[in-house]
Amino acid sequence: MSVTKPLPHDAAPLHVSGTARYVDDIPTPKGTLHLAFGLSPIAKGRITAMDLSAVKAAEGVVMVMTAEDLPFANDVSPSIHDEPLLSDGTVNYVGQPVFLVVATSHLAARKAARLGRIDYSEETPILTIEEALAANSRFEDGPRIYAKGDADAAIAQAAHVVEGTFEIGGQEHFYLEGQAALAVPNEGGDMLVHSSTQHPTEIQHKVAEALGVPMNAVRVETRRMGGGFGGKESQGNALAVACAVAARATGRACKMRYDRDDDMVITGKRHAFRISYKAGFDENGHIQGVSFLHYAICGWAQDLSLPVADRAMLHSDNAYLLPNARIESHRLKTNTQSATAFRGFGGPQGMVGIERVMDHAAHELGLDPVELRRRNYYKPAHAGGEEPVRGKPLGHPNPHEDLTSRGAVETGRSVVRPVPAGGNTTPYGMEVTDFELHAMTEALLETCDYAARKAAVEKWNAENRVIKKGIAFSPVKFGISFTLTHLNQAGALVHVYQDGSVHLNHGGTEMGQGLFQKVAQVAAARFGIPLEMVKITATDTAKVPNTSATAASSGSDLNGMAVKAACDTIRDRMAAYLAERHQTDPSAVVFADGRVSVGEESYSFAEAAALAYQGRVSLSATGFYKTPKIEWDRIKGQGRPFFYFAYGAAVTEVAVDTLTGENRILRADILHDAGASLNPALDIGQVEGGYVQGAGWLTTEELVWDDKGRLRTHAPSTYKIPACSDRPGVFNVALWDGANREETIYRSKAVGEPPFMLGISAWLALSNAVAACGDGYPGLNAPATAEEIWRAIQRLRGGT
Amino acid sequence: MNITFLLNGETVELADVDPTATLLDWLREDRGLTGTKEGCNEGDCGACTVMVTDECGAKALNSCILFLPQLHGKAVRTVEGASGPDGQMHPVQQAMVEHHGSQCGFCTPGFVMSMVASHANGATDHDTQLAGNLCRCTGYAPIIRAAKAVEDQPVPVWVKDKPVAVEPASPMMPRSSDELAEVYAAHPDATLVAGATDVGLWVTKQLRDLDPVIFLGGCDDLKEISITEDEVRIGAMLDMNRMGAAMADLHPSYAEMIRRYASVQVRHAATVGGNIANGSPIGDNPPALIALGATLHLRKGDARRSIPLEDFFLDYGKQDRAPGEFVEAVSFPRQADRLKCYKLSKRFDQDISAVCGCFNIIVSDGVVAQARIAFGGMAGIPKRAAAVEAALVGKAWTHETVQAALPAFDRDFTPLTDMRASAEYRLETARAMLERYFAEDQGELTNVMEVSA
Repeated sequence: MSVTKPLPHDAAPLHVSGTARYVDDIPTPKGTLHLAFGLSPIAKGRITAMDLSAVKAAEGVVMVMTAEDLPFANDVSPSIHDEPLLSDGTVNYVGQPVFLVVATSHLAARKAARLGRIDYSEETPILTIEEALAANSRFEDGPRIYAKGDADAAIAQAAHVVEGTFEIGGQEHFYLEGQAALAVPNEGGDMLVHSSTQHPTEIQHKVAEALGVPMNAVRVETRRMGGGFGGKESQGNALAVACAVAARATGRACKMRYDRDDDMVITGKRHAFRISYKAGFDENGHIQGVSFLHYAICGWAQDLSLPVADRAMLHSDNAYLLPNARIESHRLKTNTQSATAFRGFGGPQGMVGIERVMDHAAHELGLDPVELRRRNYYKPAHAGGEEPVRGKPLGHPNPHEDLTSRGAVETGRSVVRPVPAGGNTTPYGMEVTDFELHAMTEALLETCDYAARKAAVEKWNAENRVIKKGIAFSPVKFGISFTLTHLNQAGALVHVYQDGSVHLNHGGTEMGQGLFQKVAQVAAARFGIPLEMVKITATDTAKVPNTSATAASSGSDLNGMAVKAACDTIRDRMAAYLAERHQTDPSAVVFADGRVSVGEESYSFAEAAALAYQGRVSLSATGFYKTPKIEWDRIKGQGRPFFYFAYGAAVTEVAVDTLTGENRILRADILHDAGASLNPALDIGQVEGGYVQGAGWLTTEELVWDDKGRLRTHAPSTYKIPACSDRPGVFNVALWDGANREETIYRSKAVGEPPFMLGISAWLALSNAVAACGDGYPGLNAPATAEEIWRAIQRLRGGT
Repeated sequence: MNITFLLNGETVELADVDPTATLLDWLREDRGLTGTKEGCNEGDCGACTVMVTDECGAKALNSCILFLPQLHGKAVRTVEGASGPDGQMHPVQQAMVEHHGSQCGFCTPGFVMSMVASHANGATDHDTQLAGNLCRCTGYAPIIRAAKAVEDQPVPVWVKDKPVAVEPASPMMPRSSDELAEVYAAHPDATLVAGATDVGLWVTKQLRDLDPVIFLGGCDDLKEISITEDEVRIGAMLDMNRMGAAMADLHPSYAEMIRRYASVQVRHAATVGGNIANGSPIGDNPPALIALGATLHLRKGDARRSIPLEDFFLDYGKQDRAPGEFVEAVSFPRQADRLKCYKLSKRFDQDISAVCGCFNIIVSDGVVAQARIAFGGMAGIPKRAAAVEAALVGKAWTHETVQAALPAFDRDFTPLTDMRASAEYRLETARAMLERYFAEDQGELTNVMEVSA
């Protein structure tokens, strides 16, 4: 069967030969125009005068557009309509698009975009947490608070209390392919848009709004992205809408791609957080209560910040059963890029918070950090699940809202079942029934020789003055499902042609994660045919409508199930027809090894398809899937937001030069739970890549804004993602061999985001190395750049 | 300019090329060869990597900051030409598929071409060879597995390019330092382009129109390095990879610093002379060369002069170079190796230094006989640490002497805070580098790169 096989990425032969097409590679119609934005140079103010004559006069310029030239909606927000495509007279961050240049070449557009003469009445921008709090500049009317028990009381009575505050920096996605879109005007005002997006339906919605047409007049196609990581969930809206309105105005195809510097200056990044914590532990290291205060820097527009900050709260427990917990989350509005989705979607920040608490407590109590963690784990999974709980229908949706966006606000209120008493519940009242980490931790510690290596590290540190080593373990428990419950649905469209070849389409998008291959493996398995007979096709809003973003790690779970449903429909029709023809029961028709067998008779799949066609059987079907069991009230912070959890565990060893803070990841050992993997090779690829990206977030990737709100790290020359030699010198990755306890596609588990958080072990290992420089707790901030590590060492040594 | 080169084995002749048109734009927009990708348009991500073969052999280069005239007489191979004439995969391509070396695939053509070039050259230091190619998906592990898998496989004949014999394309492309002296004297306002690793960004990022431009790539006599018993003399056009190779035996710490200087692609293009002449306060060669006591050789027309390298850097953005004058060479005396170069940056590979400290301290009979210490990143120019040197010379080479010299850094430097590092961190790590030099000299382990799990 094609599932479970470690097959290469379906497009790998195209990738390596340079023939895989990205948006900027698509042959364009003659006369295609190219777009660039003129950007705000200031962080906050009002436009008092705009002279674009030099822009209009520049070589190759065909048209210059401002907000006034937009025919319909001036909005590219995925949530509350607070993000104009072009400035409406106010500017809110350095890099905000103010005007749009339409020119005959990409270079001409870029050159002209710099010629705008715009006067601003500058206002004092809000750039820091302190400034935002002082001005009460925030999204939502106040902080969200999720609670379980009485954390403050529990902490007050605890034998040991640890507390602290630390910073967690944001992260630039640095997808290698920058944002890009191409709009081709079709007859009758219709628009075809090629977009490098994780969310074609949202592009369709925003383009339709901007053109004043219904969604059926806009078709969005996405074959692949050159990386997404969340950065193309909502951030592609501006380019697609700009191309569409320019194409409408000129009657010509319009293409836009951001130059890298523009991309980094304009688009949103991972949310930076400040987390304060106070936690109480008993003598044995059992946590009694914990209280978190989250400050999320959301930037100027709401975008997806609410669910991001929610998910940070939902991962403030990570793998630990917290008897009492209180999480207070402030979503601060600042004059910087609007922070957006990024792999983990807030989960990583929340998880770093509790891992910091555990690390700090282990240091305080003098316990082995792994042992302390294990003592606080959720209880192991037990056999048997819960009865499914039926959700309630939502109230009346707002027709102007993009309901397929994670930024959409739930208009109805689901009824939430009572919090299970005692037991194994999260701070948000969800019973953890699939906890795998006890056995996984045991296995990982064994295979990576943790105890001996920890002793060796201590010995090394006793013997070496300058270079200190550190070793650390961290677990991951990541909730799988969109927390906006209605997004947990997917559709598919499958055709079987008379020659037996299969055309496969679904709502998921391919950004490198191998989703298309996994889903094709499912289709091939359902029909019992070789994978080569399945044609993977571009995501297309005209084939499958109302899709959710390919996000929240949900791609294969949702689309795999939808494709399975579509395939099974066709297969059942074929089986019924052949059974009737052979006077037998449909259950006697077997699809396997490229053949269809009915009793003694055996047809090739192609023959069977031809027969079915001649028998006037429909060989095309849609499939649909919705995730069961989930319901969630984000205001109360109660319910079951997740269908299940994905788990992982990592041990990282590092070396630190205590003179300068320079450091290396020497070794990483990872055990990750992908359920019954649909494709172990692709899953291991996600784990390796996720770990390195997560470690990069917490080490070298530093975003720096100056006091005017200008991003100073807007190119790879200044923003440093991990390079080849930054991967761990020894890098052992294995998958945990276990089936999903919930009924997912072939019992696999989502794997896109969870491994990202394995990188937290690298940050903890650096802290462990720094701790060898003194008696105190290092109190490391993130990212732990060489400079930050050096500062922590100075603090420990009582220096500056 | 009219230029001729080979593209995937076929001769291309271009008339009246724009001197600052980039190879990447030409490939994608004029030739429709969209396999080569634009990732950053500044030579930092490697997605646009192509292989260029000249008389020195095959090299990986970033096509986004490679101007078309630089290709005159050379052979270019893009990812479309990595596969054989019948579509058969290059071993590197096959291995990348089999080892799952691509995910989103956008960086992949660049990786493939870097690997095709390093495979052609028999290079197996993969981390170094691929330091200039960024991948955001894979974590690099499968790419390195692929690179290792093909180490012993033969180089396919179809990627063995040879440069083409060509006539001089233009007076603006001189073929010797004499021709350069003449044409530059006639056009003293011209922009000199050696490897275009800096000037390229003036075009792709600052969107400047450069005219006139003189291309130095044909000046073969400037690419020579001569090592005699007394002196090392480096032609201004020596590329940084050859410079690194030349330093490997003489001053290995310098060579190791060069290994971390930019990337293979950038080092193939970048030149020693360019790194000096552009006057960057964070160029890594000047502090090392100043510590070695280097002399800079300048030429204008037929007039030549030589000055201590440190005297060339007058102030931020200002060098002692007259219009029409160019760097011909840099030289330094042969000496016992006491040089240590400490390059401090956020990322080890392919990152611009926050601080680059180069120490050359000669100890005789336990006493510091001579100290030449120079820094990049600590001032508006590459600068000697004169006060620190003075605090060391004549003193016993001891921990106490080093400690006593540390305050002198305050007199030498008032660094700035920027996105790379704070002023405080710069100053304190500069001090720490002196401590490291001493500790290393005493045999203590101080190099984090030498530690393994």
